[in-house]
Amino acid sequence: MKLDDFPKIFSRLPGAMPAWHGAVNAEELRSLCEQVMRGGGKLLALWGGDENGEYALHVVLVAAPGLLALTLPVSGKHTTFPDISDLFPAADRMQRTVSDMLGLHPTGGDHRKWLRHAAWPGGEHPLRKSFDIAATFAAGEDGYPFIAVTGNGVHEIPVGPVHAGTIEPGHFRFSIVGERVLRLEERLGYKHKGIEKRFEGMTLEQGARLAGRISGDTTVGYAWAYAQAAESVTGTVPPPRALWLRALFLELERLLNHLGDLGYLGNDVALAFGFAQFWILKEDLLRMNGELFGHRYLMDRIVPGGVAVDVDSAGLARIGETLRHIEQNVAALKDIYDEHAGAQDRFLTTGRVLPELAAQLGLTGLAGRASGQAWDAREQFPCTPYDQLDVQMATHRNGDVAARVTVRFEEIAESIRLVRLILERLPSGEIRCALGDAAESRLGMGWVEGWRGEILVALHAGENNRIRRLHPHDPSWQNWPVLEHAIIGNIVPDFPLINKSFNLSYSGVDL
Amino acid sequence: MSYPSLLLQLAQNALVLLIAPLLLGWTSQCRAWMQNRSGAGVLQPYRNLNKLFHKDAVLAVNASALFRATPYILLACMWLAAALVPVLATGLPLSPAVDVIALVGIFALARVFISLAAMDIGTAFGSLGARREMLVGFLAEPALLMVLFTASTISGSTSLITIVETLAHKPFVLYPSMVFAAVAFIMVMLAENARIPVDNPATHLELTMIHEAMVLEYSARHLALVEWAGALKLLAYTTICIALFVPWGIAETGNWGALPLAVAALALKLAGAGAGLALLETLSAKMRIFRVPEFMGTAFLLAVLGLLTHFLLETAA
Repeated sequence: MKLDDFPKIFSRLPGAMPAWHGAVNAEELRSLCEQVMRGGGKLLALWGGDENGEYALHVVLVAAPGLLALTLPVSGKHTTFPDISDLFPAADRMQRTVSDMLGLHPTGGDHRKWLRHAAWPGGEHPLRKSFDIAATFAAGEDGYPFIAVTGNGVHEIPVGPVHAGTIEPGHFRFSIVGERVLRLEERLGYKHKGIEKRFEGMTLEQGARLAGRISGDTTVGYAWAYAQAAESVTGTVPPPRALWLRALFLELERLLNHLGDLGYLGNDVALAFGFAQFWILKEDLLRMNGELFGHRYLMDRIVPGGVAVDVDSAGLARIGETLRHIEQNVAALKDIYDEHAGAQDRFLTTGRVLPELAAQLGLTGLAGRASGQAWDAREQFPCTPYDQLDVQMATHRNGDVAARVTVRFEEIAESIRLVRLILERLPSGEIRCALGDAAESRLGMGWVEGWRGEILVALHAGENNRIRRLHPHDPSWQNWPVLEHAIIGNIVPDFPLINKSFNLSYSGVDL
Repeated sequence: MSYPSLLLQLAQNALVLLIAPLLLGWTSQCRAWMQNRSGAGVLQPYRNLNKLFHKDAVLAVNASALFRATPYILLACMWLAAALVPVLATGLPLSPAVDVIALVGIFALARVFISLAAMDIGTAFGSLGARREMLVGFLAEPALLMVLFTASTISGSTSLITIVETLAHKPFVLYPSMVFAAVAFIMVMLAENARIPVDNPATHLELTMIHEAMVLEYSARHLALVEWAGALKLLAYTTICIALFVPWGIAETGNWGALPLAVAALALKLAGAGAGLALLETLSAKMRIFRVPEFMGTAFLLAVLGLLTHFLLETAA
């Protein structure tokens, strides 16, 4: 499917990633979505905007040429837009969020609220420009209508949002018979912080810091996506060394999270030995980051226009040395995980998402690749420096916890290879350039394959280099609903393991 | 009954109460060492108990008297069980009461109360935990009884004292039946004490818990008592294991001179047991809950094999 196959409404957006933008009407929106779906493409993000009473719905699709951003003006008395959740089931929660935040409603699908709990009443829409950011409301009742499963011996277990351990808040409603799960329904939104509203009116520099804090474990991914978006609206091209350093940071972040997750997966089957070993390796990497780059999680190291910190040859040698150590240990630990009958018994066939279901529901990122969904923006839509690194994506077809473990191991190996290439070929020169001026009402998009999956940051520029509207999109939007399917037929005590094997972000979707 | 033996009984009772958390702390410390961690130290369980006793208890509004009384009943049961097991000497005032079937009964009593208390509040996790505890319990009890019967048939008595005296003070005989019984007992011990691979005492994942799910609603002094009772239960099982399978070194009735040696032997055996438990836990992962019946079935089978081995091989001689 080439760009020529689509209606001639698209114009190329400047920037590192292949992205096109076009205005559509309601019919065109649906027909384009259908065309992309039939062509094997997918939905990436959906959000709404308010330009002083003029509303718009934005939909970003991934097709063969790259990103297609569609803007549908929504006006008139009935602020409705066409429902696309029948084409892309992942759109469901995004549409409900648009309803909650902007008061634009889909014509079909699920009409229950999503992000709104009881902090503001149903008639208020925080992302409307007319909404007073200082307004306070008396807390009401949440009264969320869960779908009840009835039958002989069926009962419910409500879990969270306060858990026995220190983890992010989310509510999980299990309908079970004995230990077997018939249905799981998630209720998120407990970490809603009003990030999108907070972005409005920020300068491009201020926004960079907030973008790095949308989901703490993906700070590099978001910072890079934001930087791409900011560079797109200002027409800035960062120096080559900065781009290579960004890729270095992104791969280090991937390593950090994969090491941590593999440790946690060991811990969840009570293999505390694996937990301790992987976390020692993660800590080695964190300390290296702290010493070389001034922040253990590399927060604020990527800035619009380049990167904030350079590395000298001694630092490069240090990275190489740490990686060698990690590589050796991970190889030994992989053998232990692979050979451990108890752990493999827990991993294999647990929380299975078959490739057909994954494709239908739009499972993305790491979890998608473990279910045969071969999408990796680093390989398929490589920006500098990935276009020179020949990224090999890791895929698996089993779609169970074991597959997600295997993909993590393989991605660790690939990331180590990529970092070595980066260390070898890192160009010299400047690491940062000044950001140009943003053209008003220009849309800029950043698209980065973070460790969890693809991150999109869409930036609508306002006047005086300020942000008019910014939508950060986490891959967890696509994957949370699939988790509800992954648990069906499994037993209740396996849920934490399945959940951990996806390891989705709460903060990234609660916004 | 003499005063010295009464004194010794009281000393043994106080000793088990005081060293129970130490065994738990030692096991955790060994686990930490085996996993390349520095660990919190062997005294950590005491610090936890101290912390919990200084907190204000929070009770659910619908908690009944049963819920409040259970921690005390639990501690009393486990203390009694741990105190009954002959750890230092035989021939103490409580010795006639040390019947192995009664011991299993005491553990069952505690299980009934903790399960009832877990369901008392009406939270999903309490009943979840109680249900799983009962699943483990009803499979573990027969296996435990079979192990004890094997030992009983060797000594011709269900009195633990007689069993220990038979095994410890007769000329050294290796009983193959006791090897089967020992493996079965260790499996039961792991299950009954909520250890890996059956349960994970360190988990924070409420959906996977068995024992912890039942005590989620307890806080402060109640939780302290529950945890102390847990430590006593582990000690009781460890000392039963020692009494049945490695009783050598225990002081005979009236032999006061053997006491120092008995104390040293006990300390050594407990340290070894704690390290062994830590090793087992480090090497294994937690099994799926529906594998537990297979695990306990294997324990029962081994115990029966032990009994059969005894009748087939050992009685003929």
